[in-house]
Amino acid sequence: MSELSVDHLLGIKYLKKEDIELIFKTADHFKEVINRPIKKVPSLRDVTIANLFFENSTRTRLSFELAEKRLSADVINFSAASSSVKKGETLIDTVNNILSMKVDMVVMRHPNPGAGIFLSKNVNASIINAGDGAHEHPTQALLDTYSIRERLGSVGGKKVVIVGDILHSRVALSNIFALKLQGADVKVCGPKTLIPKYIESLGVGVETDLRKALQWCDVANMLRVQNERMDISYFPTTREYTQQFGLNKKILDSLDKEIVVMHPGPINRGVEITSDVADSEHAIILNQVQNGVAIRMAVIYLLASKIKQ
Amino acid sequence: MSQKVLLSAKEIDIILHRLACQLVENHTDFKNSVLIGIQPRGVFLAERLLKILQKEYALNNVRYGRLDITFYRDDFRRGEKPLEANKTKIDFIVEDQRVIFIDDVLYSGRSIRAALTAIQSFGRPKEIELLSLIDRRFSRHLPIQPDYNGRQVDAINEEKVKVNWKENDGEDVVYLISK
Repeated sequence: MSELSVDHLLGIKYLKKEDIELIFKTADHFKEVINRPIKKVPSLRDVTIANLFFENSTRTRLSFELAEKRLSADVINFSAASSSVKKGETLIDTVNNILSMKVDMVVMRHPNPGAGIFLSKNVNASIINAGDGAHEHPTQALLDTYSIRERLGSVGGKKVVIVGDILHSRVALSNIFALKLQGADVKVCGPKTLIPKYIESLGVGVETDLRKALQWCDVANMLRVQNERMDISYFPTTREYTQQFGLNKKILDSLDKEIVVMHPGPINRGVEITSDVADSEHAIILNQVQNGVAIRMAVIYLLASKIKQ
Repeated sequence: MSQKVLLSAKEIDIILHRLACQLVENHTDFKNSVLIGIQPRGVFLAERLLKILQKEYALNNVRYGRLDITFYRDDFRRGEKPLEANKTKIDFIVEDQRVIFIDDVLYSGRSIRAALTAIQSFGRPKEIELLSLIDRRFSRHLPIQPDYNGRQVDAINEEKVKVNWKENDGEDVVYLISK
């Protein structure tokens, strides 16, 4: 297969296993490119991409922008805070206005789940979802599983536990889809209040004891507690959360095996993960960030190749 | 569809030895020269030449890299089939080096145009030469000519020249295929 089965990247749910394999294969090439003295290829010099961020982001936004620039695309950036969205413009109007300036592709982050899908049905451009509310964050899941493949050789057959705020996490949902699609065993771990009710229907196990979960897994993906999405109290105090679900050196050393530690960032040091773990050789957090650029280059390149002139 | 043998295994062998000899004539000890095989099919030719240089001229330290040009092509989004990339592996900087591009068939010259851009990511070469096994003269779209040439062929555009290698296709032979 040399072409994606989709025209937009809206979620991992819509991808096939072969799509992920193609994205990884392409990302391998781009990883070599970004380690050259000159880290740029001219492939997308006639493509214009708009980055629309209706929600805050540092890493994802920089990563997308860098990926686009490394591919020689023209890039325009837009953030909701400084735009006419504040004046009451609708999403379709905002995007159509941008598209009328001859934009080929839209990378969008939006607080509402399904915003990307809605857009893909209503405007004429290739859409990449860079996070839609608590729904999906497909490029994060791709770079996470790509990093696992890089560290452990493959994703299939590996045991992965996702720890923390599963309820509000688009990273968790996309990761579950991506891991299951590639044949990994997945468990989630966290306070019962932060685990969605029907999560087992996705074929994942639930573990509420962090130690047991870590003893079981090959990879632990530690999620951030998303205080900004919590309108009620899901656990008594942050201190209590850290005591039960925080990863520290002591618990890591007490395991009778070595595990790989991941974190999608931004890290709340001392809450879900301590500094000595985050900065240890078990952690591949910065590899994840580096792979993010290669993965996003691959996704953009493969989707752009489907836009006919 | 009919196919005609352009070069037999024996002829290819003779040509390879001549090309290797010409390379040595110009680059002597290859101290400041590097071979770059153009992916995907130039690498077979490059590796053959490398073997001859090692075996018959005892040049064991010739630097060799493989260059993929997919992301530099000028027909991205223009063809029916999507372009598939191959591996680039160049473990040295070409800054100030004499670079020899190696490809099996020189046709429109567009691949070499892309390779000229691609190689710049690895430094500024002192000079770049081109070696091709088959030169389809009269088919060029760009002002690009080979410095070392195996055989010139006057094929028309509907015809296809296919170079087969023992290690990849089971035999050494060059076919002229016409519809």
